Amino acid sequence: MKNRNVDRYVFFAIALISLVTLTLIIYFIFAQATPFLQKMRLVPEGQGTVEKWGEHFTPTKLGDLFTGKWQPESDVEEFFGMLPMIVGTTVVTLGAMLLAIPFGLSAAVFVGEIGPRWLKDIFKAILELLAAVPSIVYGFFGLIFLSPYVREAFGLIGGKTGATAAIILSIMALPTIASLAEDALHAVPNAYREASMALGATKWQTIWRTIIPAASSGIIGAGILGMGRAVGETMAVLFVAGNAPFLTWNLFKSLRPITSGIALDMLEAVRGSAHYHSLFAMGAVLLLIALVMNWTAEWFHVRLLRRQGVREG
Amino acid sequence: MIQTTAFSLLGLGSLFGFFFLILILVWIIKQGAPAISWEFLTSKPLDMDRAGGIAPMILGSVYLTLGSLLVALPFALGSAIWLSEYAWKGWWVRAIRIGVNTLAGVPSIVFGLVGVGLFVVALNFGVSLLSGACTLAMLSLPILIRASEEALRAVPRSFREGSLALGATRWTMIRTVVLPTAMPGILTGSVLSMARAIGETAPIWFTAVAFSMNQPYPTSMLSRVTALPTHLLYLTQYNPHYNETKPIQYGTVFVLMIVVTLLNLTAIVWRTRVRRKKSW
Repeated sequence: MKNRNVDRYVFFAIALISLVTLTLIIYFIFAQATPFLQKMRLVPEGQGTVEKWGEHFTPTKLGDLFTGKWQPESDVEEFFGMLPMIVGTTVVTLGAMLLAIPFGLSAAVFVGEIGPRWLKDIFKAILELLAAVPSIVYGFFGLIFLSPYVREAFGLIGGKTGATAAIILSIMALPTIASLAEDALHAVPNAYREASMALGATKWQTIWRTIIPAASSGIIGAGILGMGRAVGETMAVLFVAGNAPFLTWNLFKSLRPITSGIALDMLEAVRGSAHYHSLFAMGAVLLLIALVMNWTAEWFHVRLLRRQGVREG
Repeated sequence: MIQTTAFSLLGLGSLFGFFFLILILVWIIKQGAPAISWEFLTSKPLDMDRAGGIAPMILGSVYLTLGSLLVALPFALGSAIWLSEYAWKGWWVRAIRIGVNTLAGVPSIVFGLVGVGLFVVALNFGVSLLSGACTLAMLSLPILIRASEEALRAVPRSFREGSLALGATRWTMIRTVVLPTAMPGILTGSVLSMARAIGETAPIWFTAVAFSMNQPYPTSMLSRVTALPTHLLYLTQYNPHYNETKPIQYGTVFVLMIVVTLLNLTAIVWRTRVRRKKSW
């Protein structure tokens, strides 16, 4: 009798792999970031250099992490201000959403509510193909093809700017936003459409006043998830954002988002140095942003499902 | 009037993605196709990557991708079996589902960092094919679990009931009825996850990749490799001969896109054929 249940426990143990992997990810990122963060907090201001990582390194206060000067390798004094990267990620992501949300939503509404049925299959196929293009291909396309156009169009000195990265990221976030928003619209019960039309509303009024508000929770979730994609994207932005580690809110300047900051510095940072650990600290910031976005999107999605469940049943 | 304007604007807006897809594909084919030759596909890079081919990179990509599937699939399949066949509503199911969804949202560069901390340093695999494959496996896990679970859930209830009614235990039922029926779907999911893994750069950049081209063909699990996406990154960002390697860059992108597209098409065709063949 006892033997008959063994399989169930074996599979349960295997199923824990996703939680184990997640724990390992969080553990290793934070464990590698703590030597750096600890140093930041413990050493009082102006105590001089510390021979902790086998190289001289001027200790900084925790608050100095969020200043605008990033100069992790220096013979005189190192600075670990992460603000340029955090601002870079913010600016580029918001720029990308400025394009991706309107275009993604209009595609979802047009295909889901207005266009003929056969359009839907083509649309889904296009989105699937767009999502399948590797991020490095987008980056390469942005670098060689797009950045000269951006330079010309905005009269800039160089084409590798936050704006170029934003355009590329908007294309990459489009499949996520459009297909999830379309799902949200699709989930609105047909009774809503019929009731609105029966009251004499035109098709556009029905879409604008009834369907979109009813699907708003799912649409917001789609937007946030798309934003999460854009925040975590590495290679595409590394190729086109310019990567200058200077603090600026100007989308048309060379920016360095967190992701490409990590990717660029990781190769030159000596394993175990302050610089090396600071990159894990940056990874921790990135991971936190991405997870919070994901969970928020999930929350909106669950809310949508629950609401519709209540209304329909 | 408002309606016509709104609808035309929406219609135009929905062309955005389509426009870029066509643009990218046409551009890659136009620039990349001339670089392709038999020699390009089968020889080593020569003269600081200015000449020769990309055979080691193709091979490295194949090894990394197959390796990651080999590591991830058993775990993913096991998880999917538990989620679809054994689990009922409860705390653990919800926790594991949240785990899978969260894992899917972790940025790829974070996998790269964890790969360094876990596989390269803690487990002492070094910068190697093995570390890269394991890092990619972590990344493929959520995709594979979702795809496999979907395939398992598509098996009709009646199949399971029929098997159980004949006296099979749950495990026998899964092994002899559910898994064989779901196998095409699981394979489709595996192909899709391979298509995703082969294009990933950030997770293998610090865990598997060799810069020095002196020993380009991997000789063991613990040797460094080069892959298609990382080769492109190297050529455009680090190689001193940026302009002279242009044809090689275009060729590499072309090959990568062909491989990704072929894998995706295989999965799509397979999926439609399986759906059509189903008689239940």
